[in-house]
Amino acid sequence: MTSFINNTIERIRAHRMAASLLFLLIFPFLMPYETLAINILIFGLYAVGFNLLFGYTGMLSFGHAAFLGVGSYLAGIAVVHAGWPWWAAIGVGVAASCFAGLVIGFLAIRTRGIYFSMVTLALAQIVYYGFYKAERWTGGENGLRGVRVEAITVPGLPGVSIDFLNPLNKYYVILVFVALALWFVSRLLDSPFGAVIEAIRENEKRAAACGYDVARSKLLVFVLSAGICGLAGALRALHLSIVPIDSLHYLQSGQAVMMCLLGGMGTFLGPFIGAAVFLYLEDVVTNVTRYWMGVVGIVFMVFVLFFPKGVWGTTLDWVARWQRKANVNNAAKDQS
Amino acid sequence: MSTSAVPILEVQAVSRYFGKFQALHNITTRFQAGELTAIIGPNGAGKSTFFNVISGGVAPSSGTVHFEGRDISSMAQHDYARAGIAKSFQITNVFKHLSAQENVRVALQMLTSRYQILRPRAAYGEVSDKADALLVKVGLADSRSKLAGDLAHGQQRSLEVAMALACGPKLLLMDEPTAGMSPQETVVMMDLITQMTAERTIILVEHKMKLVMGLCKRLLVLHHGELLAEGSPDDIRSNAEVKRVYLGQN
Repeated sequence: MTSFINNTIERIRAHRMAASLLFLLIFPFLMPYETLAINILIFGLYAVGFNLLFGYTGMLSFGHAAFLGVGSYLAGIAVVHAGWPWWAAIGVGVAASCFAGLVIGFLAIRTRGIYFSMVTLALAQIVYYGFYKAERWTGGENGLRGVRVEAITVPGLPGVSIDFLNPLNKYYVILVFVALALWFVSRLLDSPFGAVIEAIRENEKRAAACGYDVARSKLLVFVLSAGICGLAGALRALHLSIVPIDSLHYLQSGQAVMMCLLGGMGTFLGPFIGAAVFLYLEDVVTNVTRYWMGVVGIVFMVFVLFFPKGVWGTTLDWVARWQRKANVNNAAKDQS
Repeated sequence: MSTSAVPILEVQAVSRYFGKFQALHNITTRFQAGELTAIIGPNGAGKSTFFNVISGGVAPSSGTVHFEGRDISSMAQHDYARAGIAKSFQITNVFKHLSAQENVRVALQMLTSRYQILRPRAAYGEVSDKADALLVKVGLADSRSKLAGDLAHGQQRSLEVAMALACGPKLLLMDEPTAGMSPQETVVMMDLITQMTAERTIILVEHKMKLVMGLCKRLLVLHHGELLAEGSPDDIRSNAEVKRVYLGQN
């Protein structure tokens, strides 16, 4: 039995893209309702984007709501104020969040540790108030309403029109983008540059002595992380057909940290699993009590204290331990 | 001292201040290619500052450092490896949560595929092979899959040497390569240094004078941030000033 679980987890690790995709294809049928599945998809992507910076490069940003929010708002503004089609809105959202990442990253990477966290938090708050005050464009406190996308039409394919109001259709349309982004992150982590960012997380001084421009690498990964979170934001705007001002709130930044830690930072699937656990708990617990935050908080504390590597990180540790044991047993058998 | 050829490293009137404290006083010296030179001196002599100045850790407050005739005084740290100057730190700096092989591989890939994002690492098989070869060279072949943080102290230092060698440096700078090592580990490191001398110029900072006396042809003695003496081990041993400030203490 354990060997079956071991093998399965090994296979998931080796083919992480195929495994994730397979799982995400059936995912909406495992959830109580499709909208929850869509939320998990979007926040899973948000957490994965955040994890690129936090888990893999070792930079704890407290301001990633800025990128989720900028992606959301700019995609929303493209639809509401400019009347652009859905795909252009996604492009605008991603481009805008990359730009925001470039500016905030440029200023923040000069600092390290807690100072980096504080600078990102402060800059994200500036973004929050900027959008809050630009009521004409953003709807201010009420959020940006009327991001209506009723049908998905693809340029160049005149016959295709998918009903976007149907939640299951919506899930699969969004899944296309999430899957592409996950594929990109997976490739990036496997690439030489993926090795560079891990080296920077491990030891900046040594990475520089090895010939890597630490500041430049950090900025690049910051922008990529922002772009992925911006994509999550843009998809969320289309999904909700409104952009709530909360998207930019620092609590939203905190959520990314929580999701990563719950699932396991520095692992590919961890943040996604963390997002799923977080949102599922929220959904289940709100049906029982209004104090869902308290329950989620307790679960979070239990994880940080007893399973600091998160759901996925802990699972991987267990597998590694089993394998070592199995190897020792086999070696003993060979000798006897 | 031969002055005919262009020296591989030339230090010209270098001073370094930290606030009002002057760690280095107007130091001028040159290093010839192929030589193994040790910089010695008592604690607080300015050895580490000097090491940092020539290895890109800190810029000199005044004066210049030339590598093969090129001014490197204000070059960024990451450009040193590309220029052909590698270093190993006094406090071991390895990537602790990566395997020994990955440590060396990352250092090696700098030459071929620095910021490549979409091609898998596995596509650069020759980099992995070279990493394995370097691990063999420093005696870590058996530990290639172990996490660097799990290696013994001496092994981590050897790993650092392999990483420093990865960029194929012409000049290798080592800050107290045997610091904190057991006598056995020290012997291994000394052998490794002797071996490497055949292929490149090495400058090492060392606290243990006895160790370098047998190893180096040339020594530099620093004291209170000043260059007290330079010359062969015999010159240094017979130098009255050196005896007074350094040997007298032991």
